[in-house]
Amino acid sequence: MRWMLLKDLQILRRSKLLVGLLVVYPVAIALLIGFALSSGPEKPRLAFLNQIPATQNTINFGGEKIDVEVYTDQLFDAVDRIDVENREQALEKVRTGEALAALIIPSDFVMKLSNGGFNSATVEVVYNGDALKQNFVESTVESKLALADAALARQINKVASGYIKVITVGGEINALGQTFKLLGLTESKKLLDDTLADAPPEITRKLKPLQRFANVGVANIGRFNDVLNTVERPVEVSETVLSGRRTPLDTFAVALAVTVSLMFVCVLLASGLLALEREENTFSRLARGLVPGGRLLAGKVLLAAGCAFVVTLAMLLGISAFVPLDYARALLWVVAIAASGIAFATLGVAIGSLAREVRAASLLALMLALPLAFLALVPSGGVSPLLYDVIRVISALFPFKPALDAIDHAINDAAASLPVALAHLAALTLFFGAAARWGLRRFASA
Amino acid sequence: MSTDAATAAPALTVQGISKSFGERQAVHDVSFAIARGELLAIIGPNGAGKTTLLSILAGIQQADTGSVAQAEGTTARIGWVPQHTAVYGKLTVAQNLRLFAKLENVADADATVQRMLVQTGLGERADDELGRLSGGNRQRVNIAVGLLADPPVLLLDEPSGALDPRQRERLWGFITELTEHGTAVIFATHDIAEAERHAHRVLVLADGELLFDGTANELKAVAKADEEHDLEQAFVGFLRDRGH
Repeated sequence: MRWMLLKDLQILRRSKLLVGLLVVYPVAIALLIGFALSSGPEKPRLAFLNQIPATQNTINFGGEKIDVEVYTDQLFDAVDRIDVENREQALEKVRTGEALAALIIPSDFVMKLSNGGFNSATVEVVYNGDALKQNFVESTVESKLALADAALARQINKVASGYIKVITVGGEINALGQTFKLLGLTESKKLLDDTLADAPPEITRKLKPLQRFANVGVANIGRFNDVLNTVERPVEVSETVLSGRRTPLDTFAVALAVTVSLMFVCVLLASGLLALEREENTFSRLARGLVPGGRLLAGKVLLAAGCAFVVTLAMLLGISAFVPLDYARALLWVVAIAASGIAFATLGVAIGSLAREVRAASLLALMLALPLAFLALVPSGGVSPLLYDVIRVISALFPFKPALDAIDHAINDAAASLPVALAHLAALTLFFGAAARWGLRRFASA
Repeated sequence: MSTDAATAAPALTVQGISKSFGERQAVHDVSFAIARGELLAIIGPNGAGKTTLLSILAGIQQADTGSVAQAEGTTARIGWVPQHTAVYGKLTVAQNLRLFAKLENVADADATVQRMLVQTGLGERADDELGRLSGGNRQRVNIAVGLLADPPVLLLDEPSGALDPRQRERLWGFITELTEHGTAVIFATHDIAEAERHAHRVLVLADGELLFDGTANELKAVAKADEEHDLEQAFVGFLRDRGH
């Protein structure tokens, strides 16, 4: 096996175009996928729970009434709404992937917004911890919340401006079901100025601070309207992540880039190296017992996985200069990349055992690997539940999804279980190893 | 071939070999033996089963029935030179020879490589990549790889197909030299004249069946070759008479 490895390395060293392609192509694909991930289906499905009692569906601002539906309608023109009955149902929809997220409006929303003042009312958005989904839903929900908040803010500003006007020039105000008549700062100042003009010095001295306050108040109270205009988010959003910690999109993109690069280097290299033995007709010599089939495959798998391991680890270290990564988890990186690399390379030799020449093997590898990567990235809720189930089954039959789970966990401490992902990869390695052995035997006996 | 060698135990004995691919019977109940230093030609039309038979003898394919046995006490692997060059185009001549010498577990790989470079006359091209060599030179390396382990039996599948007349003459000189040193050589060809000129014995294979086993002169007699009909013409008639 040592001599076969040495020979393969010598061949690789002389195949500059192939090596160049193996380095440049995964990077290009990783970038493409990264860009593609920033977009998603136009209307994400959101579970919606309105806990406000039907009788309290109106927000009251100083006599002005706003129906909560007006606020929520702003949100739901951009999403596919799934109405649920209670919080448990909402969480279940998110957990199963039927909905990308859940939006919960708590029962005290109207009361807090009506009585509590700015920033006291909250809505809750529940995510499942998937970085892709969360980023996609977050951006959609946030933009729509901003629109709804702006509408509320305009109403609040209008009411508050009315109060300020009454305080400035006087008038009537409604509070606690009663109407009060207010004198207003301008009139108060005028009365105070008139009174102080004829008042004894002792009274004038004592009331001078009050006169100064009235002067400053009248001169500056108009500025409060400007302050009010800056209040745009009367409603706070509280985020709940269902399954473990949230993976930020930038570090998830690192895991994705590493997995995609690893897949392409391993699959292309392993399939090409095995197909080369056929293209050069050397397989007939080796098949005579010079190199047993199992050792031949193991050599190709180890070389491809080893090359990919070095490339992706270097890539990870390079990326860590720009995106902070947790070096304390480096051992897990090594385990996840090594296990994933071996599984990808085994898939590669299975492909190589089917092809009679390197070009055919490379084409086959590309045609298989690219769609698998995209399928594994389709978020639950992004497509119909039936189609999503089909995608899950297909993704489970190939190493990309478990490799992404393992690497995402290793890099980001993501929710996916590392032991489960590694066991999945090991099972796929055995399966594709057996397929490659079968392919070799089939070729040898042809 | 010396008389001693011919009368000694066969270097290789083939007994009742059959092989089918699905419904098609590629080789049917073929038996023969070859002595040390003997040069045996397997001739027949395309699709006769020559390559399949050789690949069974080489151990690449398993026969459905029958056996292949080397002389008792022989542990060396049968040498195999496939029809198409089976060497690595990106490696040099020396690297190819060294790799296969290591894989064949040759005791002194470097010395063997040097010996083969001298034998094939490729010493000056030792550091050239195979892909840069002519077809004839690639074939010489292809044959050299088959000889690395100094096999007692060498199998060659259409060895001169890609060679020009000069290279072909050189190849046969080289093969004759091997037989003089005791190597039993079996080659498959559909070039009747070549078989007639070089082989000690000829096997005729058609549709997987062994139709004839004897010398070229015996074949001439059976096929009724005369001054008007050379061996090739007589051979075609011979096959036609037997329904092939």
